[in-house]
Amino acid sequence: MIAASLTPEQERLRTELLRPERRTPRPPLDADRLRRIRRAAHQLRLDAIEMTHAATCGHPGGPLGMAEIVATLFLEHLVLDPKNPTWSDRDRFVLSNGHTCAGLYSILSQLGFFPRALLPTFRRFGSPLQGHPHYGELPGVEVATGSLGNGVSVAAGMALQAKGDGLPVRIYATTSDGENQEGQPWEQATSSVHYELDNLCLLLDWNNVQIDGHVEDVMSVGDLPAKWAAFGWFVQKVDGHDVQAVHAALSRAKEEKGRPSMIVCKTTLGRGVSYMENNPKFHGVAPNDEEYAQALKELGPVPA
Amino acid sequence: MEPGPSLSSPTAPRAAAPLRRGEPLKIATRDAYGKALARLGQTMPRIVVFDADLSGSTKTALFAKRFPDRFFNMGVAEANMIGHAAGAALMGKIPFASSFAMFATGKAWEQVRQTVAVPNLNVKIVASHAGLTVGEDGTSHQMLEDLALMRVLPPMTVVVPADAVATEKAIEAVARRVGPCYVRTSRTSTAVLYEDAVPFEIGRALILRDGTDLTIAACGVEVWHAWKAAEVLAAEGIEARVLDLHTVKPIDEAAIAAAAEETGAILTVEEHQIQGGFGSAVAEVVVRTRPVPMRLLGVDGRFGQSGKAEELLEKYGLTAPHVAAAARALLRRKKGGG
Repeated sequence: MIAASLTPEQERLRTELLRPERRTPRPPLDADRLRRIRRAAHQLRLDAIEMTHAATCGHPGGPLGMAEIVATLFLEHLVLDPKNPTWSDRDRFVLSNGHTCAGLYSILSQLGFFPRALLPTFRRFGSPLQGHPHYGELPGVEVATGSLGNGVSVAAGMALQAKGDGLPVRIYATTSDGENQEGQPWEQATSSVHYELDNLCLLLDWNNVQIDGHVEDVMSVGDLPAKWAAFGWFVQKVDGHDVQAVHAALSRAKEEKGRPSMIVCKTTLGRGVSYMENNPKFHGVAPNDEEYAQALKELGPVPA
Repeated sequence: MEPGPSLSSPTAPRAAAPLRRGEPLKIATRDAYGKALARLGQTMPRIVVFDADLSGSTKTALFAKRFPDRFFNMGVAEANMIGHAAGAALMGKIPFASSFAMFATGKAWEQVRQTVAVPNLNVKIVASHAGLTVGEDGTSHQMLEDLALMRVLPPMTVVVPADAVATEKAIEAVARRVGPCYVRTSRTSTAVLYEDAVPFEIGRALILRDGTDLTIAACGVEVWHAWKAAEVLAAEGIEARVLDLHTVKPIDEAAIAAAAEETGAILTVEEHQIQGGFGSAVAEVVVRTRPVPMRLLGVDGRFGQSGKAEELLEKYGLTAPHVAAAARALLRRKKGGG
C-alpha cells in the first residue's frame, strides 16, 4: 500500500480530521472555513479536468457537480486519519456512484492519503487509481464500487455492524439519480429503516444527467426526496453547490435518531465549465485539448 | 489464504475416510450447517449471520435463536444481503450469508463478484436447497449452475460436503479460513457416510475406497451413489477408487493426478450441470497433468422439474446403478473397447 506523506498544511488539517467532535452537529462555517472548502472544491474540479484529459477518458461531469458536497464532507465532517487509513475508529465513506472517482481521488490526495503526484496516473496501466475505485490498493478507498447499486448496500452493512457494536463511527455514501434506477438501492432503503440506521447518511447527487441523456428522458426517477421520505428516511433537500447548506444538512443529520438520513443535493453536472454544464456528453467523455484549455481558463487558478 | 494443494507430490498419501458402520442414519446437510453455526457462534464472536427470509429452511434460525443480536434477516432481498455481508466483513466480522443456492449465487451473483470476490473479502456464503434434490419445488428452485458460477470467481473457495459429518467440519473450516467461501448444502436427508473422526481438510480429497481399474470422483450427495456403485462393481470384479472431492476449489490436484496415473480413467459424478461444474474442474486438472479417458456424469444441459428427490436423481441418471453403468462404459473405453 502507498504511504502517506503529508505537507505541513496537511499535517495541520490532520489534527482536525482526527477529532471525534466532528461527529456532532457543527456550527455554521466562518469565512475562513468556507474559503477552505471552496478552495478544495476548486482544486477538485481542476484535478478532475486534468485527470480525465490526461487519461483521454473517464467521467468529468459528475466530480465537477459534486465538488462542494465532497469537499464539505471531507473537510468538516468525516473523522479520518490520512496517516493511518485503516484506523478502526474512523468514519467510512463509500462512493457508490463509483464512476465519479476522479473527485474522490482528488480530495484524498488533498488530505494527504497518497501523493498528489499519483493523480496523473488515473486510469493508466499499473496505477492504483483505477477507472472505478478498487479496494485494497489505494489508501482511503473503503469499498470497491463502480457497479451501481452495490455501494449503498455495503455502506449500510457497515453501519449495521457499527451500530450493533456500539461504535461511535458514522457511515457516509454518495449515490446518484441514475443509481436510483437500479433496484438494489430500494432494497437498502427498506432495510436501513428497518434496522434504524441513524449512523448512516447518504448524499444523492441529483443532476438529472446519465450516460444516455437526461434522466427524465432515459428513465424518469420521479420525486426522489418524496420517494426516500416514503421509505421512512429523514430527507433533506439542498442546493448541492451551496456549501453552507450542505454543511448544515450534514450537521442536522447527526441529530436524527432512529432512522437513516438522505440529503438530496440538487446539482449541475459539469458545474464551473460552461460547455459541460448539464451536458450529458460530459457524463462520460473526457475534454479534448481545446476543451481542456477552455475549462482551465474558465475555472481559473485556485483562489488564495 | 491457505495455499491450495500443489502438484509437487502426486503420490502424497490421501486421507482415508473412516466410514460409518451400524444402523443407517439420514441427516440433511443443511441441518448440519445450522447446528455447526450455532456451535461456532459460542467460540467465534466475530461470526454474524444474514439470511433472506429463509432461515427456517437454511437452518440459520438455530443461530438466530441463540444469538439474536448477531443475526440479521434481510427479507427477500439477496443482493442487499450480500452487500451487507461485505460491509460486515469490512468491519472485521466473519459474516455468513445464507439463502437457497438459486438466490444466493444466482440472483446475487453480480454482488458476490463485485463486493465480495473482487475485494477478496472474508464472506462465507452457505446455500441450501441446491440441485435436483430440492424436489417438489421444481425447476425455479433447483439450482444446477451454482458450482460453475462460484468456482469461476478467482478467490472463491468452493466446498460441497457429502454428508452431515463433513458439513459440520466444512463449516468450521470455512469459518477459520480467511477469504470468500461458498458451501453448498442440500434440502433432502441423505445418508451419513463418515465417522466423526473423518479428517476433513479444505483442498484435500477423502478416499472412500481404493482401486486401480478406474476412479469415481464425486462431491455432495453423489458421493454416496459413487460409493454404492463401487460396491456393485466390486462384485463384478471391477475395483474402483472412490474419491470425495468435497473441495471443488482449490481442488486436490495431487489426488486427481494420482488417480489418473494409478487408475487410468476417471468418472466424475455431480448433481449439477456437467458444463462448467465439478466434472469440468476435475477435467481441467486431468488435461494438464495426466490425460486419461474421462466421463462426466451429471445433468447434461437440461433443467429440473418437480418430483421427489429420489425420483429426480433416477430420472436424471444420477443414482448408483447409473453410476455403475457409466463406470463400465468408461472402463471399456480405457481398455480400447470403444
